[in-house]
Amino acid sequence: VIAAVVFLAVVVGVVYSIVRYRLRGSPATEPKQIFGSRKLEILWTIVPLFIMIGLFIVTVRAMVLIDAPQDSSRMPDLIITGHQWWWEARYPSGPYPTGIIATTELHIPSSRRLLARIESADVIHDFWAFELARKMDAVPGRPSYIWLEADTPGTYLGACSEFCGVQHAWMRFRVIAEPEADFEAWFSRQAQSPPEPSGIAAEGARLFRTKKCADCHAVAATDLSVKNGPSLAHLASREFLGGGISRNTPDAVALWLTNPQAAKPGNRMPDTPLDTGEVQALLVYLESLK
Amino acid sequence: MSDWLCAIDHKRVGVLYMLAALLFFLAGGMEAMVMRAQLAAPGLKLVTPQIYDQVFTMHGTTMIFLVAMPVLTGFGVYLTPLMIGANEMALPRLGALSFWLQFFGGLLLYFSFATGAAPDAGWFSYAPLTEKPFSPSTGLDYWALALMMIAGGTIGSAINLIVTVATERAPGMTMRLIPLFTWMTLVTSLMIVFALPALAASLVMLLSDRLLHARFFDAAQGGAPLLWQHYFWIFGHPEVYILVLPAFGMISEIIPVFSRKPIFGYPAMAVSTVAIAFLSYGVWVHHMFAVALGRNFLAVFAAASMLIAVPTGIKIFSWVATMWGGAIRFTTAMLFAVAFLLEFTIGGLSGIAFAAVPVDWQMTDTYFVVAHIHFVLFGGTVFALLAAVHYWFPKMSGRMLDEKLGRWSFWLIVVGFNTAFFVQHFLGFLGMPRRVYTYPNLPWYGALNVISTFGAGILVFGILLFCANLAMSVYFGSAAGDDPWNGWTLEWATASPPPPQNFAEIPQVRSRRPLWDLKHPEAPDWIHEQVGGQA
Repeated sequence: VIAAVVFLAVVVGVVYSIVRYRLRGSPATEPKQIFGSRKLEILWTIVPLFIMIGLFIVTVRAMVLIDAPQDSSRMPDLIITGHQWWWEARYPSGPYPTGIIATTELHIPSSRRLLARIESADVIHDFWAFELARKMDAVPGRPSYIWLEADTPGTYLGACSEFCGVQHAWMRFRVIAEPEADFEAWFSRQAQSPPEPSGIAAEGARLFRTKKCADCHAVAATDLSVKNGPSLAHLASREFLGGGISRNTPDAVALWLTNPQAAKPGNRMPDTPLDTGEVQALLVYLESLK
Repeated sequence: MSDWLCAIDHKRVGVLYMLAALLFFLAGGMEAMVMRAQLAAPGLKLVTPQIYDQVFTMHGTTMIFLVAMPVLTGFGVYLTPLMIGANEMALPRLGALSFWLQFFGGLLLYFSFATGAAPDAGWFSYAPLTEKPFSPSTGLDYWALALMMIAGGTIGSAINLIVTVATERAPGMTMRLIPLFTWMTLVTSLMIVFALPALAASLVMLLSDRLLHARFFDAAQGGAPLLWQHYFWIFGHPEVYILVLPAFGMISEIIPVFSRKPIFGYPAMAVSTVAIAFLSYGVWVHHMFAVALGRNFLAVFAAASMLIAVPTGIKIFSWVATMWGGAIRFTTAMLFAVAFLLEFTIGGLSGIAFAAVPVDWQMTDTYFVVAHIHFVLFGGTVFALLAAVHYWFPKMSGRMLDEKLGRWSFWLIVVGFNTAFFVQHFLGFLGMPRRVYTYPNLPWYGALNVISTFGAGILVFGILLFCANLAMSVYFGSAAGDDPWNGWTLEWATASPPPPQNFAEIPQVRSRRPLWDLKHPEAPDWIHEQVGGQA
C-alpha cells in the first residue's frame, strides 16, 4: 500500500510535469533556471527515512512471529530432507510408537504448530509450502528449522524454490492437513508392513530384489535406512509420480520401469534391462503397495 | 579494419565496447525468447530441461557481464574525456587491453556451446550444485574462466576511468563542477575496483574445487557451501548498482537538457550516489534471507537494504523536480528517460518489498524476483541506455536517428516490456518458482505465462526496429551538427563525430554548464555558484 502511494506520487509528478510544461511552439526563451531547494530536498530525505523506520519495526515484529528458534533442543515433529529431485519427510519415533518415512506427499495434523527440521542430502534446495510456512533453504550439513502449521484441513501445494539442477521444476510436493483423528489413522496405516505378495506380485517382489531395485528403494514406510532413491512404500496410494511430473497411472509407473530418462529426464535412476513379463510382474507388485 | 582492431583512441574503444555489447544483447535476447517460448503453456517440450538450464544461465550471464557492464563501460570510456575536456584517456593502451580481455572472455563463454556443454547452474551458480559430482560437464569451467577474463578487463577499464577523472580534467573543472554522468561513472569505477575482486576470488575457489580437488564448498569434506553465497553477493549486490548508477548518470544529463533546466539539487545527487555506493556493500545478505542465518543478523541487513531507498528516492524526486517548471521537448531520448523514471520506480519499490524479511521469505526465488530484476535492469538500465543512444548517437556518428522510427520503437518497447514483465509479479504471488523449465497447469499459470510470452514478442519487434533505425541512420541520417540538442556539457562543444584530438583548444571551465555560460553571457551559472551554490 505504501509502495502504491509512493508510486502514485511519482506518477502524478511526472504526468503533471509532462502535461503542464510540455513545450509548445518555438523555444523563444529559456524557462526560469532553478538549481534546487534545500527545504524540499530535506523533506524528501526525511519522509522516506521515517517510512523506512516504520517498515523496519513492522519487519522485525513479523520476523519474531514467523521464525522458529534455530537452536532448538526440542525433538522436531518432522525431519524434511531435499534430494535431487524429491522430498522425504521422516516422522521421528519420538512422539509416535514408531518412526516412518513419507515421500512427496506428507500428512500433518491441522491446527497444530509443528517444528520441522529442513536438511539436504546433496545440493541446496528450498522447502516452500507457501500457505503453511516461510520458505527455508535446505543447505547440506546445516540443518535449519521452521514452523509448519495449517489452520484448516486441506491439500496444500509446495515446491522447491532454490535452483538445484535439471529437475528443479519437478520437485513439487503436497502437504495434506487433516484433523487429528484422521491423521492418527493415516499414520497407523502407514506404519503397517506391506501385504505379503502372492501370485504374480510375488514374482515382482523377487525381481524387485534381484534387479537391485531394493538397493535404492524401500517398500515399507517403517524402513528408516538411508537410501539413494525415494521410498516406494504405499506407492499405489499416491496421486502423482516423480515430484509432480505425471499422474500416478499404471502406464506412468511402467514408463519408469522401462525408460526412466523418458519418465523424468536427468533423474538419477539407472536403466535396468527388463523384458515385458518382468515389467508386468513388477508393475503388479508395485500396484499392490497401497 | 586494422584501424579498429588496433584502436587505442577512447572514442573507437568506446564504440567497440558498444558494438560488442549489441552483438551479445541479440544473443541474450534470443536465449530469452527460447525461454518464453518454452514457458508459453504448461508442459511444453520445445527444449529439454538440460538445454533450458543452459539457456537461462547464458541469458543471465550474457546480459549482465557481456551486455550491461560493457555497454556502460563503453559510454563511460567514450564520454568521460569529452565531458571533462580531455583529449584522451589517461591510459589509452590499458583501455584497449581491457576491451579485448572482456570481448574474448565473452567468446570463450560462448565457445562452450560448441563443445556441447554450456554452463547450466544459473548466473549466480550456487555451490555445491557447481561442484564436480553434481555438474560434471566442462560448462562451468568455461563459465569461471570466462568470467575471470571479463572481471580482469572490467577492473582495467575502471582503473583507467578513475585515473582519467582524477588527472585529465580541463582547467577550472573542480570535482564540484564535473557533469553528473562523470560523477556516477567515477563512483561506479571505484565500486568495480572493490567488488570484482570478490568475484574473482570466488571463481578461483570454484576452479580449485573443480579442477584441483580442493574442498572450499563441499560440506561432506568440511567445506562451507554458504561461503560461495557470501563471496558472490559481496560482489553481486554492488554489481546491481554498478549496472544502474551509470544509468542514473545518463538520465541526469538527458532530463535537464530536454527540460531546459539545470539538474535539481546537484550536490544531493552526487552525495546520494556516494551513499548508495557505501550502503551497497552492506546489504549482500538480503539475497540470502531464505537461509537460516539468525534473526538479528538478518535484521541488520534488512535495515541497510531499506536505507538504500532513501538516497534512491532523493534521485527520483530530483529528476521529477527538474522536469517541474521546465519547457519539455519530447524527443525519443526524452521519452525513454521519462519511461525510465516510471519503470525504475516500480522496480525500486518492489525491491523494498524484499528488504522486508518476511516478504522475502515468501517471494524470493519466485517470478516476483524475475519481474523485479527486469524492472530494474531493463526498465532501469536498458531504458536509460536507449535514451542515451538517442541522445549521444548524433555526437558519435554525426547523424541524427530517425525520430519517427524512434517513436514507433519506443511504444513497441514500452508496451512489450510491461506486458512481458508486469504479469510476472502475479505469477510470483501465485507461487511459481523461478528457473523452472515448465510448470503444472494450475489456475492462472498458463494464462499469465502466455501473456508474458506475447509481450516478449512485441518487445522483440521494438528492439529490431531500434536496431534497424541505428543501421539506417549511420548511412542515411540527416547531419547532426555539433550541438543538435542545445546541450550544456563539453562534448557538445566539439565536432560531431569528434576529431581524433577531441578539442583544438581545451576550454576554460567556470561552472557545471560551460556551454550555458557561453550561450548566455548575460546570466552565466558561475554567478550563482560564486554567491553560494543554490539559488
